[in-house]
Amino acid sequence: MTEAITAHELRDRVKRGDISAEEATRAALDRIEAVDGRLRAFLTVTPEAALDQARAVDAARRRGDRLGPLAGVPVAVKDNFCTEGVRTTCGSRILENFVPPYSGTAVRRLAEAGAVIIGKTNMDEFAMGSSNENSGFYPARNPWDLDRVPGGSSGGSAAAVAAGEAVVAFGSDTGGSVRQPASFCGVVGLKPTYGLVSRFGLVAFASSLDQIGPLTLDVTDSALALQAVAGHDPLDSTSARYDPPDYLAAIEGDVKGLRIGIPREYFGEGTEPAVEAAVRKAIEVLVGLGAKAEECSLPHTDHALSAYYIIAPAECSANLARYDGVRYGLRAAGAEDLADMYAKTRAQGFGAEVQRRIMLGTYALSSGYYDAYYLKAQKVRTLVRQDFERAFAKYDVLVAPTSPTVAFKLGERAENPLAMYLADVCTIPVNLAGLPGLSIPCGDDGGLPIGLQLIGRALDEATLLRTAHAYERAVGFTPRLAPADPAAGKGGRA
Amino acid sequence: MSDFETVIGVEVHVELNTRTKIFCQCPTTFGAEPNTQVCPICLGMPGTLPVLNEAALEAAVKAALALNCRVAEKTKFDRKNYFYPDLPKGYQISQFDEPLAADGWLEFDVDGQARRVRIRRVHLEEDAGKSLHGAADEATLVDFNRTGVPLIEVVSEPDLRSPEEARAYLTKLKTVIEYTGVSDVKMEEGSLRCDANVSVHRAGSDFGTPVELKNLNSFRAIKLALDYEVERQTKLVEGGGAVARETRLWDEKAGQTRPMRSKELSHDYRYFPEPDLVPFHIDPAWVAEVRGSLPELPDAKRDRFMAEYGLPAYDAGVITGSPSLAAYFERAAAAAKDPKKVANWVLGELLAYLNAHELGFDRIPVSPENLAALISLIDRGLISGTIAKSVFPEVCATNRDPEAIVKEKGLMVINDEGAIVEAVDRAIADNPNVVADIRNGKERAMGFLVGQVMKATKGRANPETVNRLVRERLGRT
Repeated sequence: MTEAITAHELRDRVKRGDISAEEATRAALDRIEAVDGRLRAFLTVTPEAALDQARAVDAARRRGDRLGPLAGVPVAVKDNFCTEGVRTTCGSRILENFVPPYSGTAVRRLAEAGAVIIGKTNMDEFAMGSSNENSGFYPARNPWDLDRVPGGSSGGSAAAVAAGEAVVAFGSDTGGSVRQPASFCGVVGLKPTYGLVSRFGLVAFASSLDQIGPLTLDVTDSALALQAVAGHDPLDSTSARYDPPDYLAAIEGDVKGLRIGIPREYFGEGTEPAVEAAVRKAIEVLVGLGAKAEECSLPHTDHALSAYYIIAPAECSANLARYDGVRYGLRAAGAEDLADMYAKTRAQGFGAEVQRRIMLGTYALSSGYYDAYYLKAQKVRTLVRQDFERAFAKYDVLVAPTSPTVAFKLGERAENPLAMYLADVCTIPVNLAGLPGLSIPCGDDGGLPIGLQLIGRALDEATLLRTAHAYERAVGFTPRLAPADPAAGKGGRA
Repeated sequence: MSDFETVIGVEVHVELNTRTKIFCQCPTTFGAEPNTQVCPICLGMPGTLPVLNEAALEAAVKAALALNCRVAEKTKFDRKNYFYPDLPKGYQISQFDEPLAADGWLEFDVDGQARRVRIRRVHLEEDAGKSLHGAADEATLVDFNRTGVPLIEVVSEPDLRSPEEARAYLTKLKTVIEYTGVSDVKMEEGSLRCDANVSVHRAGSDFGTPVELKNLNSFRAIKLALDYEVERQTKLVEGGGAVARETRLWDEKAGQTRPMRSKELSHDYRYFPEPDLVPFHIDPAWVAEVRGSLPELPDAKRDRFMAEYGLPAYDAGVITGSPSLAAYFERAAAAAKDPKKVANWVLGELLAYLNAHELGFDRIPVSPENLAALISLIDRGLISGTIAKSVFPEVCATNRDPEAIVKEKGLMVINDEGAIVEAVDRAIADNPNVVADIRNGKERAMGFLVGQVMKATKGRANPETVNRLVRERLGRT
């Protein structure tokens, strides 16, 4: 694929027979072949399985069967989605050769929708990171500037869509891991309400925060992709008992009278002027369409990051305990006894950031520290949630930057975990509150994309999508593929 | 040693006999080939999530209600974190600070004295797998069939004052759970497992340091381990020593407890709320429904057996000690005229037969109707009690109509007085000394003659007729 094509266009062309699913799949595979050597957005590509799926779609079309809403659309999933028979590494050496015996609910729903799964995308190890540099294998690059990071942890998914290696990709968002890379790579990234998309088959990082979401070229695709995976799943006890509306229908309509809150805490120190300018300009556009916008406050925002870095590591310390070398995955050689096997396996299998978070979480849950850390963090979480409740009594949507900065250079923050953590300061509170958040491109700084974040009420994805779609139309957005080309150099988008 | 007092608290794990596991749909059949009753969920594969089996919740509520507990309206699960090869997630889904039920009690008898022990809590959790050490070469193999089987943990307050009381409590707990039908409560299959906390102190002083005892795999082991531990601690304190707060294992072979190695020692379990299972409410109306579905429990049944069948408390207690035995008794009593006689037969001959043949109460070979028929043969004067006892093993072994067996064997009572008189006369002639004793007023010696006649007629003579005839022939009517 060398020209940008959206899923809804492609699906329509496949349905009309203008292009076969197999041709579309081959185009995506060719693009991967052409650029992924430098982009490194994929950890595993599954051409045979993808072509088989594509041919099945084509056969169904020839038979006159009803085609699914994603019929023939090449889709990539983050490598923390369990895929039966296809290795699922979570970006970690400890699962380097792990092949799940089952597929998760999202993957199964995508297959039912006619999507063609073409491979598994690169990610920060166990979804812990904001730059993809924590991948246990190799970092993915930003297709607009290969010296820069694509964001994380779903950096591979964002890069793949931006560069046209996949038409749609899915990621997971625990503290911004769909939205922030979407922002860095100039695509639309949606983190749905916690519980809207089943987590069954998503390898857990922080169970109370993780949520699956799509990365797409435009808002229509976001609605389409969300529709395919949303809805109650009896296999996930935290999945909402909720019948999702027709999101494609919901994106139509205007934003007249829409009440927009602009949380001042999201424009704090460290926000790049170009980012703030682009976001404020986007708000102007929405106001121009009839929305009303005013500043508001989410006073506990400052503490959200700290609370997140207690809660997420605490949950991960338990979630990652199963990687012990006993049943699957890496088992270190030469262990003297059981304890030594655990220690060696986990020391060799986990990267530095994962080990850091396991230790943080273990400490926070330890007897004597639980109240001071975990319990206090949960209280802060409640306060953060209440901030949003108060704001949503007054506003329909909150608008802010997705990330305070554009994509930074590889290595720039790698040595300083705290600086890296700040990359998620605008996205983390949304996960703590379990709300939907959407990042949509709203300009660039020297060719590096800037993301506008829309935050909505729980289960009100419809309003987010409608607002984003209205913006998209107003600015005359047309998707363009990122070059993923070293010759494009700095400001490749310009 | 007499001025020492003992304090014991007991934690019991009971496997619930739901058809499927607590968080997945794998079967729970005991004794299947290793690792054949597993799926990605109970194996803790990456990405899997637990979904609570409502049958397990209902079974746990049932047990809690039978133990007189208050069922919480809101409860949650927690993760208990520790590393062990048979714990595939690296944590056990259990309940920490909001157990399913609390504040119960259980009454039981010790030496005819009623005792009541408070039950602190009942909570629901998943079982771990089984490590088979040294199974193949030096390796440890793990069987995950048991992983995810639902368990309840029943924690008593430290209200028990002797190993005998602990044993009596456990026996009663087992009976009550058995009545509810939520578990097989078989210690030998591990569906009932027990740990105990025990301390000793001088009368009048504060409680001593509790020691946790593990590996108590039978009622016998519980009693022996507690006896051993009470004696060990008492000697230690008497000698001016201090009891260490520790966990000790009962070593059945050595007949003693030994401290666990440091690596086996208690962990910091780092409990925190299980994010994959949100806190949930239990509808009191549903709890009331479950309460309504409880069967008659052992105490109520015992009281009813005393009132309805006129059984003595002890007899009623033993018979209602097992729901199967109680049901058996009721069916036999319904078919017989005199329930007390049925109780005597059940407690005497039947229990002896079952013991001798190592049969459980769920495998009584003779039907209650045939037992009642046998008793009725005695009542109708067709056989003597002695004959009845002598044919009982065959009645059990074949479960045939007792009357047919007795007829075939020619064991019916001899009602021909002529034949009995003959035997009486022979007995009198053969025992002049006894006759002399009787004549001298030693009335009790008459029994000897009656016995001789019964022996001569192989027990078939009607004892009353024999009695009468002996008196008549000796002129002592």
